[in-house]
Amino acid sequence: MAYQAYSLKEVANKPERLAAGHRMCAGCGSTVAVRAVLRALKPEDRAVITLATSCLEVSSMTYPYTSWEDSYIHTAFENAAATASGAVAAYRAKKKKGQLDETYKFITFGGDGGTYDIGFQSLSGAMERGTDMVYVCYDNEAYMNTGIQRSSSTPLYADTTTSAVGAESSGKAQYKKDLTQIMAAHRIPYVAQSTFLGNFKDLHHKAETAIYTEGPAFLNVMAPCPRGWRYDESRLMEICKAAVETCVWPLFEVVDGEWVLNYEPKQKLPVTEYLKLQGRFKHLFQPGMEPLLERIQDDVDHRWEELKGRCEGQL
Amino acid sequence: MSVRGRMSGNEAAALAIRQINPDVVAAFPITPSTEIPQFVSRFVADGAVDTEFVAVESEHSAMSACMGAEAAGVRAMTATSSAGMALMYELLYVAASDRLPIVLAAVNRALTGPININTEHSDSMGARDSGWIQIYSENAQEAYDNMLMAHRIGEHEDVMLPVMICQDGFITSHAIENIETEEDAAVRAFIGTYKPQHHLLDPAESVAVGPYGVSAYVMELKRAQAYAMECAKQVILDVSFDFAQKFGRAYGLFEEYRMEDAEVGVLIIGSAAGTCKDAVDRLRERGVKAGLVKLRVFRPFPAEELAKALGGLSALAIMDRSDGFSGVGGPLGAEVRAALYSYGISKTVTTNIVYGLGGRDIRVEDFESIYGMLGSKEELPRTMYIGQRE
Repeated sequence: MAYQAYSLKEVANKPERLAAGHRMCAGCGSTVAVRAVLRALKPEDRAVITLATSCLEVSSMTYPYTSWEDSYIHTAFENAAATASGAVAAYRAKKKKGQLDETYKFITFGGDGGTYDIGFQSLSGAMERGTDMVYVCYDNEAYMNTGIQRSSSTPLYADTTTSAVGAESSGKAQYKKDLTQIMAAHRIPYVAQSTFLGNFKDLHHKAETAIYTEGPAFLNVMAPCPRGWRYDESRLMEICKAAVETCVWPLFEVVDGEWVLNYEPKQKLPVTEYLKLQGRFKHLFQPGMEPLLERIQDDVDHRWEELKGRCEGQL
Repeated sequence: MSVRGRMSGNEAAALAIRQINPDVVAAFPITPSTEIPQFVSRFVADGAVDTEFVAVESEHSAMSACMGAEAAGVRAMTATSSAGMALMYELLYVAASDRLPIVLAAVNRALTGPININTEHSDSMGARDSGWIQIYSENAQEAYDNMLMAHRIGEHEDVMLPVMICQDGFITSHAIENIETEEDAAVRAFIGTYKPQHHLLDPAESVAVGPYGVSAYVMELKRAQAYAMECAKQVILDVSFDFAQKFGRAYGLFEEYRMEDAEVGVLIIGSAAGTCKDAVDRLRERGVKAGLVKLRVFRPFPAEELAKALGGLSALAIMDRSDGFSGVGGPLGAEVRAALYSYGISKTVTTNIVYGLGGRDIRVEDFESIYGMLGSKEELPRTMYIGQRE
């Protein structure tokens, strides 16, 4: 897409659509993701926000308070996309009958639990049906709301409360599921992967494209969790940058089936530069764990080359 | 003017949906209710309705989409059976708690275990505490009429609760019967338009649906929901009265068949009531004072009215087409007995009979033998099963 001129100062001065006073932790990525996505809405456009059960849900709308300036609905954990598709159907019905002049955009937020796992079927269905909505996964790589249990998004060897590290275990024994690719395989108009980087230009433009592309769009946003990843709250941006510079979390988009790599590090950093910032990987830095670090590096390298191949049209 | 026609229960429910012309239908196929979304798809394809049909990937998503749509201020409907309803259970509670007057055409079928496609009430009985209004139909006519009344009941400002209209799988859903239907314009005039007080797509205000409820508020919320269900009883009677005035077919909370001087009675739900009526007629010819109460409205449960209607009997058989696996019979047995007890009825002895599981047939002769047992001087078993091989 042709990127519009972008100024962080300008977009940051737009009225906030997620009010302060919610109960999310300091240093949490999810509200950063939400605010960044909502900044891409045109001020005159309204939104209906759907949430999967999550930290974000229980902390941003505790009766009788809400942080959401826009209309908001939560019904359950595994069905946010289906709930949104019903609201979209109602919107279409009202538009068809001339009962509504205003423009509404439909944006759904779910964590990796509500997106990669329990809500995966509902998401896949809503996308396949061509629902005109944006689904944003704020991916913090475990079930944080219930206390840091593994998900299919949890990376190899991460220590969680259900992939515990011990004498017989080095953490999660399986690889992280590549959901962004799976969503691209739905052949929807727009799929992108982003995180918090620099002036947020990458995420802003992806959110804008997702919201203003007709039809379904999926955004996967790495959104670290200080409790689960065990980092100092002030280091959120540093971790995101390391994820991108090590190619653990590449920035790319798939526009009408065309794969585009948005950022290629000048010098790809070793994966340890990312892992060492987080307590969940602390055990990997004990003596004798080098083969495990190598396995992670090999996997990251393999996925990176594969992604580059796709983006260069070689796959 | 009513129009005479011949159709199955599924066709009758689908006709009602076409006439209601809901804004959104979201459904997933499951035997024996599959025909209903098929008809809706046909109506949409032919331009016969304005409905947005969402062909979801599961019943869970069907109910989710109905909630999203209803919260967005429009009428949303779905249809399901058996395991499909079971997959919705989690959300049935949410829909009721969020006070979303969705209408569900339920075609009763046995829950799986073993898999079976025939009628049984285990599916909707499993949802009896979900907060939905439940209205049961004996035949296609009642299925049609109950569908036409559902929105007026659920959307009433004193109620604002979802409604399921139940009919028996295959026996009602697939058998062709003579029924009277109403003209589109008359139906639409009867139902009126839906104007919710608050919804997601109101440009004048943002609303938040489905908050986290802290302990300081949940009890009040649940009490209000329970009160709405209490209010639903009078609203059902009012809407049924209005329906009778307009269309000439009268309904109450239950139907009393030859109960005026009855000494022995059966309480039943659904299509087997027709079979039981034949047995009552035969017995009456032989001088047996037999009667029948066919429960139409199970939620809200008309405990006081039932106690009054049944309290004059010397013996009563409460018929359950689902087993509660409590070791002491089915859900109707438990609730009807509780009603009799709490309204001080002690002279009516009762038995709770589980019948017709997995579509097992029940015949006129079976009911005759039940009435014979009720009229005998022998002590009644507290619970029993009929129609099965031992």
